[in-house]
Amino acid sequence: MAQMKFMCDAERCIDCNGCVTACKNANDVEWGIQRRRVVTLNDGEPTEVSISVACMHCDDAPCMAVCPTDCFYKTDDGIVLHDKDLCIGCGYCLYACPFGAPQFPKQNAFGERGKMDKCTFCAGGPADSKEEEYEKYGANRIAEGKLPLCAEMCSTKALLAGDAQTVADIFRQRVVQRGHEDGAWSEVNRQGPDTAAARMDNLAYDATRQG
Amino acid sequence: MSLFRHVCIVLLMTLLTLGVGSQAVAQSADPGREISTSVGAADADTWRQVRSGEVDANYRDSRHDSNYNLINAAGQTWREIRNHWVTPFGLIAIGAMIVMIALFYVIFGRKNLDERPTGRKLFRWSALERTLHWSVASLFIILALSGLNILYGKYVFRSLFGDAVWGAMISASKVSHNYLGPLFGILLLIILAKFFKHNLPKKHDLAWFKKGGGLVGKGHPDAGFANAGEKVWYWLLATAGVAVIISGLVLNFPNFDQSRDTMMWANVIHAVAALGLTAVALGHIYIGTIGTEGSLEGMKTGYVDEVWAKEHHNLWYEEVKDQAVDAEQLDTPAAGEDERPAPSQPG
Ligand code: HEM
Ligand code: SF4
Ligand code: SF4
Repeated sequence: MAQMKFMCDAERCIDCNGCVTACKNANDVEWGIQRRRVVTLNDGEPTEVSISVACMHCDDAPCMAVCPTDCFYKTDDGIVLHDKDLCIGCGYCLYACPFGAPQFPKQNAFGERGKMDKCTFCAGGPADSKEEEYEKYGANRIAEGKLPLCAEMCSTKALLAGDAQTVADIFRQRVVQRGHEDGAWSEVNRQGPDTAAARMDNLAYDATRQG
Repeated sequence: MSLFRHVCIVLLMTLLTLGVGSQAVAQSADPGREISTSVGAADADTWRQVRSGEVDANYRDSRHDSNYNLINAAGQTWREIRNHWVTPFGLIAIGAMIVMIALFYVIFGRKNLDERPTGRKLFRWSALERTLHWSVASLFIILALSGLNILYGKYVFRSLFGDAVWGAMISASKVSHNYLGPLFGILLLIILAKFFKHNLPKKHDLAWFKKGGGLVGKGHPDAGFANAGEKVWYWLLATAGVAVIISGLVLNFPNFDQSRDTMMWANVIHAVAALGLTAVALGHIYIGTIGTEGSLEGMKTGYVDEVWAKEHHNLWYEEVKDQAVDAEQLDTPAAGEDERPAPSQPG
């Protein structure tokens, strides 16, 4: 069984926002909602780095854990989807998600937010007909045997989508190709003197780790 | 050297040569190449900054409402507080209260009046006060039930009733909670202001606590218009209740663009205070209904029996005892519901 994941190779992302546009186009999402975004750190500086983010389809998904209606579910492919018929727009998933993936069409008094919307990995969502599914959740490319459009459209192939194992293999290959000695799994010379190598990107750095 | 070790070494060497062969590209690659092509120092420091939530002038986000960090793990703390602490302990608090009340009722039973009611009545609650009380009480119950459904409903009703019914239940809960909440807030503040004077702490309240409100030792401890127990409930509402209102309003009006962190903390304060109040409210409801003879009558009709007043609120009784009227007189509407006879009861 596949475990679908996104992965954005920050070495390659050129902040073109093609993924954002592709997503908008594929899913015809409501005005004001943008399921994918590109974040640039240190813009304009030599250390500039960009990364495209949407829902990460977490294994232990925080949105799923806090939703009062229990409207999230995980497909057999590890894709986190939600049922808009059950969603009450309480915003709890938005609080819980580390990536700012859940969004709302509005933000009005009395907690009127409308139905939550987020990236579906182009896998649609629960609905009675194809039309209804498209209306509510956008494209279901997975059902057609295709991968998310954002990744398919990525011009530099920075954004990868697919089975975690395959994605990881591609990334590992790239890293090795780039000349990193051991597939980027080690801290590069971090304890040593402050050389260029010491400052080099630790590609496998686990950002969730304390520190 | 044994044959076994020989074989091992040969195998190992074969493996090594094979490995080196297939990884030739990687091994011979110039480590400088990665440095020359890599994004600058997107190293641990960068990620540490991302984690800290700091957003500097050189941070860009292509989303129009760009108030998110790249990664914001604050929600994890909230998730843990809410799911691992608030959820179970709220249930424990409310469950323990129910068990305690049930045990109390089984062991001590209903608190009946020592003497027989005389049928002579004292005016205690005006129509306005009673209306306020029952409005606040009904709203409290609706808010407590809808709030509990928001917190616990999914563990029970979804599997019980199926998605269609559950969907209707939870959205009704949310809508009623969010629209009635502010109304409850306004009415609670009014009732707090109205009952303020009755609930100022007095010296005799200490003695009341020492005697456990009459449970310990013989006889009834001194009490004015409100006894010390009622004052505790008042001040709980004036503190935790106000916290529930304020935090509820913070949650209820996302249109003011308050941050995610503010809302998460508001949610924790709201849930803790509301669950605490719900537990204590059960005690209040018990005492006011089946727990004590004659109490409910006061809030229903506005009048209490003079014996009830003498036993439960002796100091107040001393002030107003000469204003007692016969029960029959009260049945005639002319007996003027709203005119509280000469407000001579400041205590
Ligand atoms: C004393 C009566 C009240 C009780 C017992 C109560 C209880 C609760 C509970 C248990 C929750 C769920 C917390 C969670 O899921 O983590 C909740 C959520 C909430 N409460 Fe209250 N609450 C009360 C009054 C209020 C008031 C006065 C307001 C507004 C002024 C309010 C507004 C909210 C809001 C906005 C939420 C978030 C859920 C949503 O947006 O649908 N509550 N309440
Ligand atoms: S919405 Fe957020 S928390 Fe939920 S699966 Fe996606 S990334 Fe994870
Ligand atoms: S906004 Fe909707 S999906 Fe998100 S937690 Fe609330 S009910 Fe669940």
